[in-house]
Amino acid sequence: MGALKRQISGGRLKVVIAVFAVASAALLLRAIDLQVLERDFLTQQGEQRQVRTLTEFAHRGMITDRHGEPLAISAPVQTAWANPQDLMGQRERWDELAAALGVEPDWLAERIEARAGREFIYLRRHMLPAQAEQVAALRMQGVGLNREFRRYYPHGEATSHVLGYTNIDDQGQEGVELAFDHWLSGHPGAKRVLRDRHGRTIRDVASIRPARDGNTLALTLDQRLQYLAYRELKTAVTEHNARGGSAVLLDARSGEVLALVNQPGFNPNNRGAIRSDRARNRAVTDTLEPGSVMKPFTVAAALDAGVVDPNATLETGPGTMRVGRLTVRDLRDYGTIDLTTLIARSSNVGATQLALDTPADRFWQTLHQAGFGQAPGTHFPGEATGRLRDFTTWREVEQATLGYGYGLSMSVLQMAAAYTAFANAGERIPVRLVRTADDLREPARVMAPQTARQVLAMMEHVIGTEGTARQAAIDGYRVAGKTGTSRKSGAGGYTEDRYFSSFVGLAPASDPRFVMAVVIDEPGAGVYYGGAVAAPVFQRVISSALRMFNVRPDAMPEIPVRLAAEREGAT
Amino acid sequence: MISVTGREMSLGQWVLRGLRLDSVLLVLLSILLLLGLAVLFSASGESLVVIERQLMRIGLGVAAMLLIAQVSLHTLRAVSPWLFVAGVILLLLVMWIGDVGKGAQRWLDLGFMRFQPSEIMKLAVPMMVAWYLSQRHGRPRFRDLLVAAVLIMIPVYLIMQQPDLGTSMLVGAAGFLVIFLAGLGWRWFVGLGLAAAAAIPILWSQMLDYQRQRVLTLFNPESDPLGAGYHIIQSKIAIGSGGLYGKGWLNGTQSQLEFLPERSTDFIFAVYAEEFGFIGVALLLLLYFAIVARGLWIAALAQDRYARLLGGSISLTFAVYMVVNIGMVTGLLPVVGVPLPLVSYGGTSLVTLMVAFGILMSIASQKRLVNR
Repeated sequence: MGALKRQISGGRLKVVIAVFAVASAALLLRAIDLQVLERDFLTQQGEQRQVRTLTEFAHRGMITDRHGEPLAISAPVQTAWANPQDLMGQRERWDELAAALGVEPDWLAERIEARAGREFIYLRRHMLPAQAEQVAALRMQGVGLNREFRRYYPHGEATSHVLGYTNIDDQGQEGVELAFDHWLSGHPGAKRVLRDRHGRTIRDVASIRPARDGNTLALTLDQRLQYLAYRELKTAVTEHNARGGSAVLLDARSGEVLALVNQPGFNPNNRGAIRSDRARNRAVTDTLEPGSVMKPFTVAAALDAGVVDPNATLETGPGTMRVGRLTVRDLRDYGTIDLTTLIARSSNVGATQLALDTPADRFWQTLHQAGFGQAPGTHFPGEATGRLRDFTTWREVEQATLGYGYGLSMSVLQMAAAYTAFANAGERIPVRLVRTADDLREPARVMAPQTARQVLAMMEHVIGTEGTARQAAIDGYRVAGKTGTSRKSGAGGYTEDRYFSSFVGLAPASDPRFVMAVVIDEPGAGVYYGGAVAAPVFQRVISSALRMFNVRPDAMPEIPVRLAAEREGAT
Repeated sequence: MISVTGREMSLGQWVLRGLRLDSVLLVLLSILLLLGLAVLFSASGESLVVIERQLMRIGLGVAAMLLIAQVSLHTLRAVSPWLFVAGVILLLLVMWIGDVGKGAQRWLDLGFMRFQPSEIMKLAVPMMVAWYLSQRHGRPRFRDLLVAAVLIMIPVYLIMQQPDLGTSMLVGAAGFLVIFLAGLGWRWFVGLGLAAAAAIPILWSQMLDYQRQRVLTLFNPESDPLGAGYHIIQSKIAIGSGGLYGKGWLNGTQSQLEFLPERSTDFIFAVYAEEFGFIGVALLLLLYFAIVARGLWIAALAQDRYARLLGGSISLTFAVYMVVNIGMVTGLLPVVGVPLPLVSYGGTSLVTLMVAFGILMSIASQKRLVNR
């Protein structure tokens, strides 16, 4: 230090070092101030700026058919939003933004200006990832992207009525989407994340509530059969120039709905174009008077009540019958017929006689147990219960018309469900739409086992040469069923020229695997008998279904040569 | 190892002496430069491009230092007035034909590179003042000091006009430090201080809006948290959240998340403080202190008055850099564009500083030659 004093003038070095030391000490003290004393406050201030609570999106559960084939899936999409207050200050970039969003600049400007005072507007919802990237690339202040999910229905119109659809906020609006909304809905989670100054998420800090994805819902539908039924029904409705139609295909043993289709349909992937009248699942929500497809139950009730025995004959001549002020008519005079012919030819007079002979309480009991006037229990929204008045209020005329299917109403689903009784020794199996349903309900006894067997055998003749539904015949299999052609009721009574054409059938008749009900609404091409309009739909769908399910043929074809010889002999 | 006879020495020692380098200063500078690279790596978001560019500048700086260290004091003294005159001419040129960058006219485009003449002045001014005062013998008289003050004020005024408040202040400081070291009487300094105080309103009226805003912001940063106060609030938050031990290298969230502006350049200290905590800050201050002390030691042992004054000024200017930058980043001083010496990302200031240390090396080696 001696040298220092000598070399630099006076005490300047001391001064310099002192000043420098004081300055350094001041910096050090400031560091203590910030990093030790004010540390907590500053750390908290920092977290306020960088830690945010974010919503974690959860996707809606998938809907599948019985084999796991996806029927409704949620795909991630991006939604662009903005804070209009931020956007007002950068008007010069609006055109750029509009281009990235793929919207008209005028539309965008109008939208922003109309809501200039707000803090949140949607710019465009459900954009494809590529488009969203363009918006993100702008890096505009006050414009953000959110992940959302869009619902896709790979099979489109074919499954439209069963599945229904969701709204843009991913909430079920119709069909299964609505009925099982709670099960399908995802539950968004929340987490704390680190975000940088540009609002980009850098990393997760902590999870507040984990996101829970919606559950998968497996339906009982078989997508192949569903498509087949859709195609054939649509063909029939078009061919017969009908207003609409419905078809329900059930597994005869389990009551599971294998296919459920309606016409007209809609494209669920184009939400904007959905019209409620096309979106209605008529097979479940709409009711009709069934007409002659009721006759097997009339016969069953009479057999069960013991008012007639299986080999009995009825006198139906002259083909008309008066009940009070009502005249019941057959197509022609069938004369003296047995019960099989009653069903095969669909005699209204015969059915009326049986209905009137059966005690009202017993008749009601059979119809009630068949499920008429009761909810089928599929949980489907708007499920119709139909109407079956209590027998104590029946008048004679009413009991007579019930015998051939008027004066009560039911949905097509109920119609199909009732017929499961013929396949299960007299027990009706509750229908199910959801494979995982845990509310297994007890079967309901509709008729005695032998009655079921007897009526089923009679119904095979409907498809026979003398029957009304020869077009329902399937090579190699025995088929049982019943046609119906019911007049639609309009204002002031039944109409003369508007019909429901129906067919309900079971196959193979020896041990039914499938029950299918087909109803065509107002066929307008001149043909309206159920056997001609509805039965072919049954025939095409069920013949494919039998092959698809490898069901063993129960009617071995006779040797062709002999068949040909017989024909020649007959003519 | 230096042998007893003084003839034999280790290879390293021989090389250092041959290159006329001061080993202590060299080690301290190397540590600081390496530390700076590490902080810059973090501050730049781990950008290798930035590191590569900074390495090129450091290379250029080291080369310049080695070169200048070879220049004799005699030559340095001889070129001092010419360098000063050349610098003033360049500053005038900038005013007329300079490039405009960031709203200020500071650059000369030389075709192959852009160049900031005010950087030259950081060295030319103390060299000039030291040259002038070393021509006079004994204690400087008032007239000498007046001339020296005028010499300083010319470039200071020109640089202020660019406008570049930070650099003009540093250039002024470098010059006045020479006067101070030369032994200006206390009463003159008191007088100068009073004059400076009186000049503040005049200076204020000369300042541009943004410069005034910065000064005002110093006293109340929260008055405008999204505007002028933003830098200082974010930087205090970053430093404060570092705590005692820091968050660790590359883990400073405030800086990594880009909340901290200018984090590679002027505000790099906040990045360092967040990641290395108070302990790191204390060590960094110690490192700077050691460099300044070594510089002053070299200056004190220098062979003549010119070298003593210049060496002292260089060392203290370095100290002023550091104090002003850290003071600004910690919110003690107004925000003026002063980088953290040898650490901040940025071109010319690093090279200028390395040239200055080259001069110190030259002073150190020639002292030794004379003393032996």
